Amino acid sequence: MNLGQRFYLREVVAGVALTAGHFFRNMGKHIAHALGRKDARGAVTIQYPEERRPYSPRLRTLHRLVRREDGSPRCVACMMCETVCPARCIYIVATEHPNPEIEKMPERFDIDLGKCVFCGYCVEACPEDAIRMDTGILEFSSYSRLGMIYTKETLLALEPATADGKPTSPVPIPATRTV
Amino acid sequence: MIADLGIVFGRVLFVMMFMLNLGGILTWVERKQSAIMQDRIGANRASIRIPLIGVRLRILGLLHPLADAIKMLTKEDFMPARADRFLFSLAPFVSVFFALTAFASIPFGDTLRVGDRVIPLQAVTLNVGVLYVFAMLSLGVYGVMMAGWASANNFALLGGQRAAALMISAEIAIGASIMGVVMVYGSLDLQDIVRGQGHPLFPQIFGEWIPAWGIVTQPLAFLLFLTAGIAATKRIPFDMPEGESEIIGYFVEYSGMKFGMFAMADFLETVVIAGMTTALFLGGWQVPYLQPDGFHFPWGAVATLPQVLVALLQVGAFVVKVCVMIFVMMLVRWTLPRFRYDQAMRLGWLGLFPLSILNIVLTGIALLLAGGPA
Repeated sequence: MNLGQRFYLREVVAGVALTAGHFFRNMGKHIAHALGRKDARGAVTIQYPEERRPYSPRLRTLHRLVRREDGSPRCVACMMCETVCPARCIYIVATEHPNPEIEKMPERFDIDLGKCVFCGYCVEACPEDAIRMDTGILEFSSYSRLGMIYTKETLLALEPATADGKPTSPVPIPATRTV
Repeated sequence: MIADLGIVFGRVLFVMMFMLNLGGILTWVERKQSAIMQDRIGANRASIRIPLIGVRLRILGLLHPLADAIKMLTKEDFMPARADRFLFSLAPFVSVFFALTAFASIPFGDTLRVGDRVIPLQAVTLNVGVLYVFAMLSLGVYGVMMAGWASANNFALLGGQRAAALMISAEIAIGASIMGVVMVYGSLDLQDIVRGQGHPLFPQIFGEWIPAWGIVTQPLAFLLFLTAGIAATKRIPFDMPEGESEIIGYFVEYSGMKFGMFAMADFLETVVIAGMTTALFLGGWQVPYLQPDGFHFPWGAVATLPQVLVALLQVGAFVVKVCVMIFVMMLVRWTLPRFRYDQAMRLGWLGLFPLSILNIVLTGIALLLAGGPA
């Protein structure tokens, strides 16, 4: 350190000048904003529940099951996703599809989101493009472990997010949730 | 008789309300000012819903101090099993009490004439006001030491011991830097010191242009006093007694409103130091060129004002100056990194103390050359 730095005062003044500069610049912008200049923003804060930053379209969010035209799941219960899942959070019970051209369909398709690590392997593994992670929904939480299990009906009802990641479906509440 | 009592009560009440309200609002100022300095918005979520209309009132987060108070009052008041019950409960009160009383002899205005009464605008008129404020400030550290000792916790004890060490090293610098001011204005009465700052500086050279404020006559003492004063408030960069990042400090065992009182005492001390700096160095209640009968501008213009208006202007000027000083102290608190314990000691004993002695010597020489106190 040279003498000026060891004397400390010059560095203090420089530091205070920097922060004071930020203060007065931001304060001016805040006042301009309050007076009606809506393009003047004094802070970089995004006020979360009301404002959201756009998500990337590639972001892996809550799963949804893709529907056929008749509303039944596109899933054929091949168990690929259940097999590949590193967290073992997918549970499938297969059943016959009423349409004889389609071999099987899931009777139950549960995802335990308390275990899911959002790796996206299930989406990669699916040969039917029946499961996707593009709902844009991230705010699911529960007071109990049971409340984190999402069933087939819940997952089938979800819609994909818009291009900037805004969810179009409301945050689903699984039927198993009691609290 | 009753009127006299009422006047005394009113003076004390003004200072008390000024201190308590400012101390409360400072929690909001701290949050908002730091937020704006850091390009953030700051706490703005506490709200009151007006019943019938259903509008949520946020008023820029001004309700957060209120929410804090409710939170602290309803929290569990914990006391460690081995703590000294009496001292443990007494300590936060001692801290707040001395921080509150310290402001008493700082004048917030000259005099107010109502009829034939002359009311000094000062809670307590003392002819040793400087020493009084100084004494109350140092007594405040007893609350901290008491808390550290009574908690029966080693970290709290460390915090209390550090508080004592910091207080001594800061106090010597405070006392020695005030000496220069006392020499220049020739009085220990804060009211006299403030009045002295209304005189023009070197009328032979500058005419009536520059008032002899302490910051002009004693620039070095101003810096030393401000530094030592910030140290006396126990806030960052001199937060050794608290040391949130290492030892949690003297209030580690406190919870609820007792903890809140320690936080409050810090803010009150900030107000006291700001008031002291204003009175000693920024001309106190002086408005430039304002004499008791109105403005006398150095270019000859005169604007006479009624006495009440003059008194109001002076009180307003004092409040504004105190607020500016608080702003500066907050700016420093949110700009500088904290000192290590040994660095703070070194700064106090090897930096501030010798410099303030040097300031006394220089002031003495300057007074000798200029021919007596200003």
